[in-house]
Amino acid sequence: MSSAIAEAVRGGDRRALARLMSLVEQGTAEGRAALRQLFPHTGRAHVVGVTGPPGSGKSTLVKALALAYRAQGKTVGIVAVDPTSPFSGGALLGDRIRMQELHADPGVFVRSMATRGSMGGLARSTIEVVHLLDAFGKEVVFVETVGVGQDEVDIARAADTTLVVGVPGLGDDVQALKAGVLEIADVFVINKADRENANQLAAELTMLLSLSEPRAWQVPIVQTVATEGRGIDQLVEAIARHRAYLEQSGHWRVRRADQARRQVVAIVEDRLKEQLERLLAQEGWVSRFDQVAERTQDPYAVAEAVVARLLARG
Amino acid sequence: MREVSATGPKGRVLIAKPGLDGHDRGAKVIARALRDAGYEVIYTGIRQTPEMIAEAALQEDVDAIGLSILSGAHMTLFPRIMDALHQRGLEDVVVWAGGIIPDEDIPRLRVLGLQAVFRPGSPTGETIAFLEQALGRRGVRAG
Ligand SMILES: Nc1nc2c(ncn2[C@@H]2O[C@H](COP(=O)(O)OP(=O)(O)OP(=O)(O)O)[C@@H](O)[C@H]2O)c(=O)[nH]1
Ligand SMILES: [Mg+2]
Repeated sequence: MSSAIAEAVRGGDRRALARLMSLVEQGTAEGRAALRQLFPHTGRAHVVGVTGPPGSGKSTLVKALALAYRAQGKTVGIVAVDPTSPFSGGALLGDRIRMQELHADPGVFVRSMATRGSMGGLARSTIEVVHLLDAFGKEVVFVETVGVGQDEVDIARAADTTLVVGVPGLGDDVQALKAGVLEIADVFVINKADRENANQLAAELTMLLSLSEPRAWQVPIVQTVATEGRGIDQLVEAIARHRAYLEQSGHWRVRRADQARRQVVAIVEDRLKEQLERLLAQEGWVSRFDQVAERTQDPYAVAEAVVARLLARG
Repeated sequence: MREVSATGPKGRVLIAKPGLDGHDRGAKVIARALRDAGYEVIYTGIRQTPEMIAEAALQEDVDAIGLSILSGAHMTLFPRIMDALHQRGLEDVVVWAGGIIPDEDIPRLRVLGLQAVFRPGSPTGETIAFLEQALGRRGVRAG
């Protein structure tokens, strides 16, 4: 079966691309069918994750990087993720404010996403939206995570190259970075290097990085002033070197295989959850929960019965 | 993991500030109010050209656009914004405005597709109620 919207996306229709992103985000069957059709056309883009504390300059950096890649003639996709309010289900998506210079260039496509309840700095369907930009032909795709500062491990699993952005003068900068974030950095960016203490932060980081176990890839530390475009050429160069390293070492394929496995598992979990919810919505189960509450049955027995029913449905 | 997404947002809305003046307090107030009412609000900052607004509306696949207009240039800006939207096939997007627009200008803007105007200082609840109705009529795509 052929999906008209997938054809349109392959044909370069920007509106179709935007529309399909929404369908995918909503988890519709139409979106899924189109994704399947487009999947063979994905895998070419270099996916670059950008993470770091709120206000560290991620959006400004992405804009500056996008301009640099455009100058090289490469097409660029950008996905910027912001948190959904747990109270209202709404979200304020403000990353485009810093990306205004890109709007007139048809070689750039920017999409804002809300987390819609996901943890880990990405939305549930961020990877699919990246795949759509990839299938659309974007050569470099940036993913800006929510600015949470600590456990954005998800981005490291979704990106080929992960940039961790820090800024000098937060006081507790290095301590704040230690918890998990250093390990996911392929390139470390010290942005706002126009501020005092940038060199001091660089020295502390170099020290910290030297303490971690030696790896084949030495994490470079690049100082930037994103608002002025300073250090961007060095950053582009560091990203290119990381890609070359991944390809030469065979890690490119290892990472991609790992991503593929995670994606399959995530899809299976989603499908099973859907089936579970549908099953439990049926009559009969409520009374069994009551029995557990009244201690006339134990939860393990009921869970076994649920699993048996799920598997029997095939 | 899906507590919030189980229902999804009520819609996606672009809040844009065309024109040259640099005050966006009103735009930010309405952006926050809409977030708190359950919308995903894309806010693009001040000094937006008609092309910027239309391009953001396209890429973000929004259901509605709220224009914050204070500069008095609405009679030149608004037709150009609608043009830019039509060029991109976005004629079904709901468009409203907040700001100072003299009564005598409103009929012409309505013909061009402006669906509502809210004065500065009007309660945000009015905008939210309008949007709920307008998107309901249009049949907003859930989530
Ligand atoms: N001095 C200085 N300011 C910068 C630099 N880079 C960004 N900024 C400013 O820092 C502020 C935040 O920048 P953003 O790019 O929005 O930061 P962000 O990390 O994307 O923020 P969130 O998405 O809200 O987490 C803005 O006012 C920028 O102009 C820089 O290199 N030097
Ligand atoms: Mg940002």
